[in-house]
Amino acid sequence: MNKLVKDADEAIKDIFDGAILALGGFGLCGIPENCISALVKKGVKNLTCISNNAGVDEFGIGLLLQQRQVKKMISSYVGENKLFEQLVLSGELELELTPQGTLAEKLRAGGAGIPAFFTATGYGTEIAKGKEVRQYDGKNYILERSLFADFAIVKAWKGDAMGNLVFRGTARNFNPNVATASHKTIAEVEHLVPIGEIDPDQVHVPGIYIKRIFQGKNYEKRIEKRKTSEG
Amino acid sequence: MALTREQIAQRISQELQDGFYVNLGIGIPTLVANYVPKGITVVLQSENGLLGVGPYPKENEVDADYINAGKETITTLPGSSVFSSAESFAMIRGGHVDLTVMGAMEVDESGSIANWIIPGKMVKGMGGAMDLVACGSRLIIAMQHVSKNGESKILPKCNLPLTGVAVVSKIVTELAVIDVTKEGLVLRERAPGVSIEDIKMATAARLIIPEDVSEIKT
Repeated sequence: MNKLVKDADEAIKDIFDGAILALGGFGLCGIPENCISALVKKGVKNLTCISNNAGVDEFGIGLLLQQRQVKKMISSYVGENKLFEQLVLSGELELELTPQGTLAEKLRAGGAGIPAFFTATGYGTEIAKGKEVRQYDGKNYILERSLFADFAIVKAWKGDAMGNLVFRGTARNFNPNVATASHKTIAEVEHLVPIGEIDPDQVHVPGIYIKRIFQGKNYEKRIEKRKTSEG
Repeated sequence: MALTREQIAQRISQELQDGFYVNLGIGIPTLVANYVPKGITVVLQSENGLLGVGPYPKENEVDADYINAGKETITTLPGSSVFSSAESFAMIRGGHVDLTVMGAMEVDESGSIANWIIPGKMVKGMGGAMDLVACGSRLIIAMQHVSKNGESKILPKCNLPLTGVAVVSKIVTELAVIDVTKEGLVLRERAPGVSIEDIKMATAARLIIPEDVSEIKT
């Protein structure tokens, strides 16, 4: 078993033009900063990115948008990114808005081999257009297809060479679900620890889902809205 | 006198019950947390994966790994728990959250709500709103009665693309408390000094006016 790679460049080396990527993170919290930078450097194009948000103008997935590397976004909320809104309204960027819970479930189900599921979310709205409706116990549900990506990229707090991951605080968010939704999942971690250091009971993502892992560096961990009790 | 944003939040806080798990949206709904009645324990759910949202951190406690659904830095509390997005929405979609409070651009007579897109003008997305409204738990809308252009936000039928169909239980605005019932919108309370006539003027939807419409107490 050899999952350990040197850095982000090596981890993303076979991501190709037109690939479908699933990325962890909520806002700028828990995003795979190193891999995003490496993708910008590599210059891959026509990417489809599955990510709850699209970063801000000059950070996170916003960096890929600036370089026009993204063809399509599958997200639930993109309100923090002006460039994004502009690209969508001008038709340069395709956007598939997906309710946040449906997005999380599409990844979870996709990763669990469940191709589709019924949910009440979005019934009677534009989201339901063209989707099968079925009634169970008097309530209406729509059929949603699951997601499975060519590559998934997550960021964890701790990880080991077996690929076991531990997250910290709300930086967990989509990462565990994204991790399952591909057969080529890359994990970057703040702390690469020796095998055996993570208590098996405390593992958040079991190593089976992770194909490559590396010690990340120079984390900025930008804060989108710094708010304190002191005002 | 129309209610302030704080007073709207204060009125909504009277709907809280001990042991409730509550999801508060961005804006006025967030303020509800400041008015939890004494002797009552509620647990705030943040859909990015936290139960037990604590106060904003002190300057030296700010931690990029701890944010709320509005992307603001926050703290946890003794008894808090952290989980993934799929887990978070499993508890929402499974109907385990007792009460959701959110804002809206439009609400209509059937309790349908619109708050995620203005076609051609604003593309922000629905975030977790469509999940929160569709899950069957109680939904209170906190909003201004009329838009900045002076148009009623309470309509016979929503004009904007819907977030959910027939999902709202109660609407609290600066002017009134309105219940959504099978028969339609029922005016329950009016802001101090605001007449029923004032409220009817500000409401494009048909309002059912019972004999007893009490004054909002905050």
